[in-house]
Amino acid sequence: MKLSDLYRQLILDHNRSPRNFGRLEPADAAATGHNPLCGDRLELTLRMDGERLKQVRFEGQGCAISMASASLMSEAVTGLGRADIERLQQQVHALLTQPDYLPPQDLGKLQALAGVHEFPVRVKCASLCWRTLQAALDRAKQPVSTE
Amino acid sequence: MNARPNEAGVGYIDASGRLLPERVRADFPLLARPINGHPLAYLDSAASAQMPLAVLQAIEEYETALHANVHRGVHTLSQRATAAFEGAREYVRRFINARSTREVIFVRGTTEAINLVAQSWGRGQIMAGDEILITHLEHHSNIVPWQLLCAERGARLVAVPPTAAGDIEPEAVLARINPRTKLLAIAHVSNALGTVLPVRELVAAAHERGVLVLVDGAQAVAHEPVDVQQLGCDFYAFSGHKVYGPTGIGVLWGRESLLQAMPPWQGGGDMILTVSVERSTWNELPYKFEAGTPNISGAVGLGAALQYLERVGPAAVGIHEQQLVANTVTALKSVRGLRLVGTPQRRRAVISFVLDGVHPHDIGTILDHEGVAIRTGHHCAMPLMEYYGLAATARASFAAYSTEADAERLIRALHKVREVFG
Repeated sequence: MKLSDLYRQLILDHNRSPRNFGRLEPADAAATGHNPLCGDRLELTLRMDGERLKQVRFEGQGCAISMASASLMSEAVTGLGRADIERLQQQVHALLTQPDYLPPQDLGKLQALAGVHEFPVRVKCASLCWRTLQAALDRAKQPVSTE
Repeated sequence: MNARPNEAGVGYIDASGRLLPERVRADFPLLARPINGHPLAYLDSAASAQMPLAVLQAIEEYETALHANVHRGVHTLSQRATAAFEGAREYVRRFINARSTREVIFVRGTTEAINLVAQSWGRGQIMAGDEILITHLEHHSNIVPWQLLCAERGARLVAVPPTAAGDIEPEAVLARINPRTKLLAIAHVSNALGTVLPVRELVAAAHERGVLVLVDGAQAVAHEPVDVQQLGCDFYAFSGHKVYGPTGIGVLWGRESLLQAMPPWQGGGDMILTVSVERSTWNELPYKFEAGTPNISGAVGLGAALQYLERVGPAAVGIHEQQLVANTVTALKSVRGLRLVGTPQRRRAVISFVLDGVHPHDIGTILDHEGVAIRTGHHCAMPLMEYYGLAATARASFAAYSTEADAERLIRALHKVREVFG
């Protein structure tokens, strides 16, 4: 278990200067995720192009792992359809939890999160953004209320 | 159990009266275990203190030689178990200087003690429009039970804000006491900031205005001699595992006249005198509030923990911790971008801080990697965190076994955090 596996340069860089930080207004969907144990809070706003995720931004407070994970996710999922996003989410989950997982090439920069599996208490930090994205996408699918 | 009539401090205190923390540390088997390849610097005793061998042995002796149910059997073991359990109650009574063991109720911990008062005393005494006064420093366990009670009774929960330094000023409390105020529920020591509240002064002022006072002593009992008669409060709650005892056992002390007037809060065995299908009559104090088979080995462990602390010397422990905390506060200033959260006038064994540009969880992970255990997060004090505009802090807390070496390890590990995060 090495600290430099967890805090890789790419993670530290995305923590210091997160990409797609902020909020989209107006947005087609939004969701807020909480880590009640840590007090971490993450709010995602999305713009959709049909089934495709056109743009995503995030705001919130959290540790370097949760901030960098959200930043890396926002880059990876932009322009993808729901099925591709779900596939990525499963691959990231495997990367975060399985020590012997061999990530496919197209995981790209998300592979920087590979060290998290050695720090089990930090898995929930890295997965908060993915759970929140799923909630926002589920909401985007629902018909718009006219009330 | 095998009470050794040792004088306080024998073997633990040097010729000038100072505590020898390395000598105390040697009594705690867990502290000798390496963590992540480093000797353990355990700076999370405010969350849970470790147990000395004397406590572990007392529990083992109870479980292997004395165990049976209490207050029930005529057989030898039941009598021995009862003697051990009631003996522990007497140790507690002596330790906090209660008038009588009738005032010492065994509960699961501070949280259950406060819930007992909220449900038994509160439901009978709190009416619509009444007010319960707390502070913004409180642990959730001294907030949520009152919220539940207030919602049920149509009463109002009012919180006293701290100063920017994290102190509670008596004037700020008094300004919020009015004829509707029925109870002041306050921490003795803040678990998040280490602030010592002016309990005696607040009790005197509250009593002048006819307001009862409950004190959450979870963070005080292990760190200074506590005398409930001297404090003058009406209820005092604390947990075993924060005073070198096991988890799952704690104490509610209450003024006997109040406890006598309070109805039971849980029904079952042991708390009754007679039961018919239609009605029951209640057992005398303290059993009226102890329904069901209690945590006997926990009580025995707590009794042993208090005896242990008495042997070491609670006053010397308090002085040692305060010296260590003061030195650590000074040393923390060498860490670039470190800011203390709370700089109270009187502080016990807790230091909260944040580091510019580094989230407390990242601090916690890097420190853990260096064998330094601290707490990070909101410390079950979310209203206080909100008051300071923080989601979380890092918290180092100290005990009798904490040494200068532990503090130095903390500082070195924090410099390591700066290396990683720049």
